[in-house]
Amino acid sequence: MKLGVLCSGGKDSLYAAYLAKKAGHELACLISVASENAESLMFHTPNINLIAQQAQAMNIPLIMVTTKGKKELELIDLCKAIVQAKKKYGLGGVVSGAVGSVYQSSRIQKICNDLNITCFNPLWQKSQLELLNELISNSFEVIIVGVFAYPLDAGWLGKKVDKAFISQMRLLEKKYGINPAGEGGEFESLVLNCPLFKKKLALVNRKISGEKYSWVMEVTLA
Amino acid sequence: MKNIENEYVLLVNICEEQLHTYEFVNPIADILRAKKINFFVRSYKQIGASDLDKCSKVIICGTSLSDFEYLTNISFFSWLSDFDKPVLGICGGMQIMGLVFGGKLKRKTEIGLFSELFTSSFLGLSGKTDVYHLHNAYIDFSLLTDFKVFAGGKVSQAVQHLTKPFYGVLFHPEVRQKKLLEQFILI
Repeated sequence: MKLGVLCSGGKDSLYAAYLAKKAGHELACLISVASENAESLMFHTPNINLIAQQAQAMNIPLIMVTTKGKKELELIDLCKAIVQAKKKYGLGGVVSGAVGSVYQSSRIQKICNDLNITCFNPLWQKSQLELLNELISNSFEVIIVGVFAYPLDAGWLGKKVDKAFISQMRLLEKKYGINPAGEGGEFESLVLNCPLFKKKLALVNRKISGEKYSWVMEVTLA
Repeated sequence: MKNIENEYVLLVNICEEQLHTYEFVNPIADILRAKKINFFVRSYKQIGASDLDKCSKVIICGTSLSDFEYLTNISFFSWLSDFDKPVLGICGGMQIMGLVFGGKLKRKTEIGLFSELFTSSFLGLSGKTDVYHLHNAYIDFSLLTDFKVFAGGKVSQAVQHLTKPFYGVLFHPEVRQKKLLEQFILI
């Protein structure tokens, strides 16, 4: 089936896309929504502009729309993007990286149901730690580009998701209830390389901004 | 406390697309694995007499909103008529159970978290309870004399067969109501 990948540039959406390809589906395009609202409940904001480079690395076209990011209204913009992608690439469905968020997942399901296309969520209800381990064993190179919860500070920006990272997250989960895969918005990730990429993306520049326990690292890739 | 070491649960996969098994079968497998309960998975088209013989319980998992293939293959579930071990049908699995026992499928779309009223205790759930819906169809089990409805009335959300240990839920307990699955294993 021809699928559109609902893509934030982070580990979950690209790992879901990887599983879809592995199951024999064609990744026809990436679909992305750039939100002007940093507090958006649906769309992740740091480094969304880098998705174009990820799409290029995958040799897959990108459909990107912008939204003001107002609750529920942003869904209309997502729907428009999916309609556009469906028409242009003849999509039979979309694949998302939803793991545990009923808010996100049920809204995507409703849009797909209304548009009469199939919705795939291969990471749905997956153990967060197992998900991180699978990323490593499947050669995903992922870095942290945003942290938004105590006790995560600027020192976490740029960290690689590796075995040491998982050990640290396991401790933080026990001590502070941090969701180890960051789906609760605790952190945002960026994929620099994975089996879907024809070429690896290299980090050439970084700009860190924020305060206390809310930090963002804007990066430039080559 | 019931000894669960001897449990061997058959998880029935009704997904037409293999990619959907990640979403509708694996979460249930993960819950059983975490509780150290033995299980095995079979596609509904491949279930044989030996599978039904060796299992201790059966869970018929659900599938996606756009998947209706299983509805054209209800004859694959004729084994349910003579089966006496505990069975839990989830969403599409509940619809299958209803169709085998003479129910009629009706269309209704419900997606997301809904509050349902359980009129009496059902596999650990009671009173008003939030459950996760993901369906385009339902069966009115109140029209079937073999079943008691515990929640939802005509749009039956939780049902139990009156003489067999068969249970059905239209909602997805693997989301937010994992304890229902654990209670089913303890029957």
